Amino acid sequence: MTGVIASRELGHLLRSPLAWLLLGVLQLLLAWLFLLQLEGFVTVQSRLATLDAAPGLTDLVAAPLMGSAATLFLLVAPMLGMGALAGERQGGTLPLLLASPLTPAQIVLGKYLGLFAFLLLATALTLLMPLALLAGGRLDGGKLAAATLGLTLASAAFAAIALWVSSLADTPLTAALGGFGLLLLLWLLGLGGGTNGGVLHWLSLQSHLTPFLQGVVRLSDLVYYPALTAAALLLAIHRLKDL
Amino acid sequence: MSILIEVQDITRRYGDRCAVEGLTFRLEAGEVLGLLGVNGAGKSTTLNMLAGCLPPSAGTLRIAGHDMARAPVAARAALGYLPEVPPLYSEMRVEGYLRYAARLRRVPAAACASAVERAMTLCGLVDAGGRLIAHLSKGYRQRVGIAQAIVHEPAVVILDEPTAGLDPVQIREIRALISQLGEHCSVILSSHILPEVQSLCDRVLILHRGRALFQGPPQGSPKSGASVEVAFDRPPAATALEGEEGVAQVESLGDGRFRLVPIGDQPLPDLLGRLARQPWGLREFSPLEDDLEQVFLEIVAGEAA
Repeated sequence: MTGVIASRELGHLLRSPLAWLLLGVLQLLLAWLFLLQLEGFVTVQSRLATLDAAPGLTDLVAAPLMGSAATLFLLVAPMLGMGALAGERQGGTLPLLLASPLTPAQIVLGKYLGLFAFLLLATALTLLMPLALLAGGRLDGGKLAAATLGLTLASAAFAAIALWVSSLADTPLTAALGGFGLLLLLWLLGLGGGTNGGVLHWLSLQSHLTPFLQGVVRLSDLVYYPALTAAALLLAIHRLKDL
Repeated sequence: MSILIEVQDITRRYGDRCAVEGLTFRLEAGEVLGLLGVNGAGKSTTLNMLAGCLPPSAGTLRIAGHDMARAPVAARAALGYLPEVPPLYSEMRVEGYLRYAARLRRVPAAACASAVERAMTLCGLVDAGGRLIAHLSKGYRQRVGIAQAIVHEPAVVILDEPTAGLDPVQIREIRALISQLGEHCSVILSSHILPEVQSLCDRVLILHRGRALFQGPPQGSPKSGASVEVAFDRPPAATALEGEEGVAQVESLGDGRFRLVPIGDQPLPDLLGRLARQPWGLREFSPLEDDLEQVFLEIVAGEAA
């Protein structure tokens, strides 16, 4: 049943001009950032060659690109997720799901998987850019995999939070603005807690992504994103339960 | 006969306002029940609770024997629901939408095509299967709304104001469809139109300000001493009418109209004959003899006042 809802949700996104527009703008911005990073790398390449253990193509181009993608996904996820529940509520289509023999968990998970699948598509398209460098250079596969894993886990959390806010809001616009505000706040929390340690720093979305981009996969980061995702989804399920 | 819906003392509050208060009723298999009431009487709130979209603040409701609070999935599996606004995705095509609705209601994938075809045939949508829902007229949208409610062949179909906002031809078509549905399953529908409920339903429940004022057959039952409404071209004084034989009570409604309460078992034709012989120019004589109509008209009059 979850799969039925998820595939309709993804189909709905793939049929909507908004989602394609977002995907297109995202690719354009990321391509521009990618080219800038690449140009910077080419400029310093000769000097890097003289250093021992110099940062390579992956550190200077691929990882920063994944980091920029995460910042942009932070903007895009609330816009993709705004329609998921708030849009159904505004359009009067929510009773179709609520009056069907489904549990709130099935509805929320279905919506979530559809949304997350779309973000995975965006991640895959982003990944194609650094992979294109293989034509003329060498990439550190491990580091690239770590960065991609970080981006994937972060976007899983973005999607869950966007969905939760969508379950609270009455209109898609408030869902998008609310989701964006909350995500940005969580992203910037780390600025308040000092660079290392501190609760705010630990709660921040950004501080858990940075190690992945440096090629470091830590258990605490591996737990943080799924825990955040699960918490947001549980809140959304709870919200549907006592509507 | 088995009981499909059993509503026991349900109440729903929105903040301080009580939308539905202490409502109790039953729906038996094969029955068509009409919820009648003016706008804001609590009809939609009641149907929303029946469909499992809104939890009652108090009370219990059972659909086909399943408690909505304890076994919501089993209870919802037995019902089909058309809300006031049909829950349609405008970017989908009719057939795709109905297939999705069927899958949500646990129709096995293999049986989906035949279930959708059956619902489309019943609702007269066979030619519209490939059309985008956004391009459909209001009457067709309503039909798609009904089709999604019956695609899984539920035991109970709940229709919230199924004919509201339609033109007379569409209203006739939808009413014909509803009477056809009544042959396959139990139906509960809401309306603010008395003749509609009278022509479609086996039983009527009049709701007013969240309470049930009347439950019974749609024709009501003749009440002894029921009143008569009369109108004259040259109206006499109310006292002159009171002097008439067989009239117990007179109420002037203005504009030459009066409501008369005849004495006890006064035969109405005799009264009509006597009034017609007077030089007052009798132009209307309408007995308000059934209590259903009277209850409803009193509500409507009360709301207008």
